Amino acid sequence: MEPIRIAARLQEKFPDSILGIIEHRGQVTTSVARTPIVEMIQFLKTEHQMNHLNCLCGVDNLHRTAHFVERFEVIYQLYSVEKRTLLRLKAQVPETDPTIDSICGLWTGANWLERETYDLFGIVFNNHPNLKRILTPDDWQGHPLRKDYALKGDQEWSGFEQLKEKAAQLKQFEF
Amino acid sequence: MTKTTTLDVQVADGADDKYRLKMGPQHPATHGVLRVDLELDGETIDKCDPQVGYLHRGFEKLAEHRTYAQNIVLTDRLDYIAAMANNVGYCVAVEKLLAIDVPPRAQFIRVMVCEMARISSHLLWLATHALDIGAMTVFLYCFREREVLLELFAELCGSRLTNTYTRLGGVRQDITHSIMLKLQRFVDEFPGHIAEYETLIDTNRIWLKRTIGIGPISADKAVDLCLTGPSLRGSGVDYDIRQHIPYAAYDQMDFEVPIGETGDTYARYRCRMEEFRQSNNILRQCIERMPPGPILGKDAPDLIMPAKPGRKIEFDAVAGNALIKLIDNRDLYMEGDVYVATEVPKGELGFYFISDGMGRPYRMHIRSPSFLHIGALATIGQGVMIADLIAIIGTLDVVLGECDR
Repeated sequence: MEPIRIAARLQEKFPDSILGIIEHRGQVTTSVARTPIVEMIQFLKTEHQMNHLNCLCGVDNLHRTAHFVERFEVIYQLYSVEKRTLLRLKAQVPETDPTIDSICGLWTGANWLERETYDLFGIVFNNHPNLKRILTPDDWQGHPLRKDYALKGDQEWSGFEQLKEKAAQLKQFEF
Repeated sequence: MTKTTTLDVQVADGADDKYRLKMGPQHPATHGVLRVDLELDGETIDKCDPQVGYLHRGFEKLAEHRTYAQNIVLTDRLDYIAAMANNVGYCVAVEKLLAIDVPPRAQFIRVMVCEMARISSHLLWLATHALDIGAMTVFLYCFREREVLLELFAELCGSRLTNTYTRLGGVRQDITHSIMLKLQRFVDEFPGHIAEYETLIDTNRIWLKRTIGIGPISADKAVDLCLTGPSLRGSGVDYDIRQHIPYAAYDQMDFEVPIGETGDTYARYRCRMEEFRQSNNILRQCIERMPPGPILGKDAPDLIMPAKPGRKIEFDAVAGNALIKLIDNRDLYMEGDVYVATEVPKGELGFYFISDGMGRPYRMHIRSPSFLHIGALATIGQGVMIADLIAIIGTLDVVLGECDR
């Protein structure tokens, strides 16, 4: 089945949650509300064999001038290995309450992708089994991929001082 | 008597008193700066918790501040073992986003360098995987052939590892006759070398005991863990992007995708060994059918691609001055988003781009196979022995540059 028709089926099933269907360069994007995201992806996974989660990532729309609804978006790129169709879901996440339900129950592999999105964008995934920072250190301040986070800051990472102290301590033992 | 001081190591008591081992980040068998926090019961792993991020360089943030053409060099540093495949993956994605055409000769050259990268990456995988398990000799044999390929890369683009060979709309330099001759010799000799590796380990009793039945992943589990590449195909799932969503000239190539059955370490090993042969076939087809013509498309953006639409920088050949010319190529600065995946040696390398009408990506997300493979380690590594964990890290074929980005 064509991706655009799968998106239409999704719209029939969840009429209130679909905000728009766009086709660009042959790829179909469905803009959706953040609830019920798990049910929508479950529907695509079971009814349309969208069994492979290609990618899950966040987007910060702060500097965009057009074509967006809320400040944050979570992108779900799905693929059907049997039917060879791609479909993208774009869930809207507002700035005031940046939370969305976790899809770890559908794919175990989504665990790290959601942790990464939390780490870099500060989007909180409800019911996630282990929502911690992953790429940056645990005591890192801020979320680097947000558009209001500077590319180059004027501060060292706070753990750097501790690291230097530890190195001095180890030197005592002639390491 | 001199006073002795000790490091402040906290010792837990009661049920918390488990043997905890931090394997890495300097451990050679973790293939880079991977740290795995283990909780052990004897030699069996109770809990396996991989920690990554030591090599995080913020490529996704950096890419938002550089033009599409400038970002090609960042992709070299992802999977530094197969940089060519990353270059091609990035350029294929940007070309789809900006609608740039690539001439047929460049498409064939791309397939050629991708397969050379696949062979050299798999050679390094086999060398280190066998070394981890204890077969030292394989390492020396594999590096003999890898050297030939790296020398070819150096002749092609001047660099052995960080190639930056592709350009938006084509490739940088044309294949010379000398490279073709050397590659032809490699392609003729390589099947004999594969047989050599197989003589060393394929029926070796220690190798079989260390790989058969180790780290089994069922087909459903592999899809659930978002594995891709040979790690997925070893479990019997037929998913290879070269055939599912062909890019470059893969739709004109005749090749098979090796599929395993059992999903254990040995099945994945067999898959990659068969991929050697298939890649070699593809290389032979490339040499035989390499079309003539230009290597860079007519509407390819300049390397000094302006960050704003409407202007183009051109160099006056005589005076050497930079001239700024108006261009009307609207497609280059069109808004939209695409997700394009390519099959790199490790698995599926995907790029998700959002363009907001500027010469820079508004958002670039890199979906790297190694990130998900290491994430899967927590599940696969549960309940196995420490020695088998080393075999499992090896068989998943991870590279940390790509994982941490």
